[in-house]
Amino acid sequence: MNLIIRVVVCACLLLAFATQQLPQTPQQREPGAGTSQAAASPAPSPGPGGTSLPNADPFPSTYKPFPRRTTVIRNATIMTAAGPTIPNGSVLMRDGKIAAVGASVDAPADALVIDGTGKYVTPGLIDVHSHIGDYPAPGVDANSDGNEATSPVTANVWAEHSVWPQDPQIPRALAGGLTTMQILPGSANLIGGRSVVVKLVPSRTVQGMKFPGAKYGLKMACGENPKRVYQTRGPSTRMGNVAGYRAAWIQAEAYRRKWDAWNATHKGDAPTRDLGLETLAEVLRGNILVHNHCYRADEMAQMIDIAKEFGYKIRAFHHAVESYKIAELLKANDIGSAEWADWGGFKMEANDAVKANLAITEAFGARAMIHSDSALGAQRLNQEVAKAMYAGRAAGIPITEEQALRWLTINPAWALGLDDKIGSLEVGKNADVVLWSGNPFSVYSKAEKVWIDGAMLFDRTDSTQKWRTDFELGNVKENN
Amino acid sequence: MRSILLIYICLIAASPVLAQTIAITNAKVYPVSAPPITNGTVIIRDGVIVAVGDHVTVPAGTQTIDATGKIVTPGLINSLTEVGVVEIGQVRETNDASAKGTNNVAAAFRVWDGLNPASTVFAPTRQEGVTTVIVTPRGGLVSGQAAAIDLGVGHVADVMRRAPVAMIAQIRSASAAGTNARGELIGKLRTLLDDVKFYAAHRPDYDRAATRSLSAPNTELEALIPVLEGKLPLIIEADSMAEIDAALALVRDYKLQLIISGGAEAWMTADRLAVARVPVLAGAMNNIPENFSSLNQRQENAALLRRAGVKVALVGNGDGDENRFNARNIKYEAGNAVAYGMSYDDALRAVTLTPAELFGLSDRIGSLQAGREANLVVWSGDPFEFSTQVEHVFIRGREVKEPSRQDMLIERYKPKPVR
Repeated sequence: MNLIIRVVVCACLLLAFATQQLPQTPQQREPGAGTSQAAASPAPSPGPGGTSLPNADPFPSTYKPFPRRTTVIRNATIMTAAGPTIPNGSVLMRDGKIAAVGASVDAPADALVIDGTGKYVTPGLIDVHSHIGDYPAPGVDANSDGNEATSPVTANVWAEHSVWPQDPQIPRALAGGLTTMQILPGSANLIGGRSVVVKLVPSRTVQGMKFPGAKYGLKMACGENPKRVYQTRGPSTRMGNVAGYRAAWIQAEAYRRKWDAWNATHKGDAPTRDLGLETLAEVLRGNILVHNHCYRADEMAQMIDIAKEFGYKIRAFHHAVESYKIAELLKANDIGSAEWADWGGFKMEANDAVKANLAITEAFGARAMIHSDSALGAQRLNQEVAKAMYAGRAAGIPITEEQALRWLTINPAWALGLDDKIGSLEVGKNADVVLWSGNPFSVYSKAEKVWIDGAMLFDRTDSTQKWRTDFELGNVKENN
Repeated sequence: MRSILLIYICLIAASPVLAQTIAITNAKVYPVSAPPITNGTVIIRDGVIVAVGDHVTVPAGTQTIDATGKIVTPGLINSLTEVGVVEIGQVRETNDASAKGTNNVAAAFRVWDGLNPASTVFAPTRQEGVTTVIVTPRGGLVSGQAAAIDLGVGHVADVMRRAPVAMIAQIRSASAAGTNARGELIGKLRTLLDDVKFYAAHRPDYDRAATRSLSAPNTELEALIPVLEGKLPLIIEADSMAEIDAALALVRDYKLQLIISGGAEAWMTADRLAVARVPVLAGAMNNIPENFSSLNQRQENAALLRRAGVKVALVGNGDGDENRFNARNIKYEAGNAVAYGMSYDDALRAVTLTPAELFGLSDRIGSLQAGREANLVVWSGDPFEFSTQVEHVFIRGREVKEPSRQDMLIERYKPKPVR
């Protein structure tokens, strides 16, 4: 009986999604794949695409949590990112949420009990700067979809439309304890387009990965990259870059006013919709968070002034290798600083990179966080943070493990506007949890089990459950 | 009279290690060439290690470093770097690792001729326990000749350890070699090697312009003769199993001292590498099928090669500039190698004695034993752990303490204690 219903459901999906056959492996029978109800509807009626609405969601998330059971991890060192480390504690996950965390936790009799003796538990790690999916592996031209380097302002493009859910880099990042990432357009452009926030789950569609309710981000980029890419047509200088941002915001403000007025009255013909200006108008309305690639301290200060000139907020600077020079300015403007632990020297604007950057940013009270910009770095953000924490201590800044953990969890959650849902082990939050084989700041420790919304999606001790992308079948050996 | 005195002072200043004895005591010492010594002493005199052991008498009055609870190892060797020849990756005029050559062959290119010993990469690399780097050229089919450099302070002559230590070539990119297909690339390399043999046997004819035409100018062919004589190692960059097997076929046909570099899929042909006694420069921090030559790249690669009996030197294979700005991170490559199955002793050897052996340096550095030059490091704990600090770095018997540019920036900007 059940089987018959399933066949009918699948047939409907086949109609809607002719290229997407039956799930290939049990792991890939993801609950949320497919398309939204609206798109599956056969009735030909005019869609909402003709008008520019705040918070429009034309590519809605279809993510559904994976099958899960009530689980309790006992006898582990619990690092919550919300308070002191609990040396011999427990975490209870129920219905996809953290149900209890503490030194002693009551669990129902049917709960799956995992012994965490000698192990550590942290929230799932969060990477605010990824190009996984947009620059997938293998890195061939045919799959290179991260930079729409055809115009210095491409606010009209959305990173999600480039995401390849079969990127083998996704399961590898999950195996490093990563549970949420923001995928951004590249940095060729002054304004690169919209980002997308996804969960690291197997899915045939990007919609099935999208974090429900997450705000969009806007990628902006300072400095060398745009002026190098556009040197023949402009901008070719930093002053040209700044003129480019300002020109875009001037247009965006006019567009916002026009549409806000029309949406209030619906009088007369609607203004013409413009995808790029619509995204920028959403930033001005506070509905989209600005993520600004910017290395140098002086350029960050200028970007802050531009934001004030046009009345938007910068949520976080990324690749902010010189945050340590202006950390008090970042604190005063409540702007996050997403940093590498030790990357530098690869270009002039990265030449003043120091390993104590995160520690000094933190010491001035600004919101510091790690980021990867790398499918390899994303697999060991814990190691990156370990380097930065100990570099801070060596420089005389006594960073605690509790502080360093926040660089991996609650601070990036804040940068994505999701700190009420993820980023710490607190009752009621999503059960995104990592069980580590040892102290996560040791080079020898690995993520052993990873849960997203209470569902165990990675288990290093059980190779039969390993998630292999379509690309890997027949290309990558199974024991790898 | 005054000038003579001045010259005398200059001589003293130039040789600070003269008649200087230093003892490092109570340490856990990893000689690498011998089992670890739990409570050991190392004595350095005039730049050379004169004693290592647990029953070593320290002469009265010797300058002593009490290393109780610390670890002493040979200075680490990073076998694949561009330290001193690339300062800032995207600033073209600071890039001196890639030669133009002739028709993608640059065998005569001696990368150290453009070495900048004042590079700001020296100090941070040294401060994290690396005392020697192999500086390698890149690009083309044959990239040029590599050098071993000590990360000391001074002129090129002061930091040169040995050169050439290897010839570099690559077979993983047909286009970089100026060809359209892998088979064409291998053919081009074979023709070149044949021409080297021919040239070596027909020099007088060549000088009289009485030979057939050769595929490269005589300067390039000349530089490759030691490779064909088996005297100079040939490092071939190769990733896929097929590429590595093609490189191994060259060993059967030519008298080569081959070393594979990269070797993403080397674990799949580990037994053949072991039989052919071909070492591999491999990393332990990449598991991504980055291209169609590295589909089976995995972090266990180095461990699996060791298990098959292949000599392995660890090199960076991530994407964080591990051959330049982050050449300092070779210790974490070793730590990750251990996390992915390599024994601790093998991992330490893979960043000390093994590279010293591969590049003909092991009679001077790479281990702690009497008679070796004192390139060594005192660590606060496990050298591979993030929590460990480097406490002392000795290069040729001299403790080097010069701060890095990064130290100066941190000092300038870090919060100052409130008075």
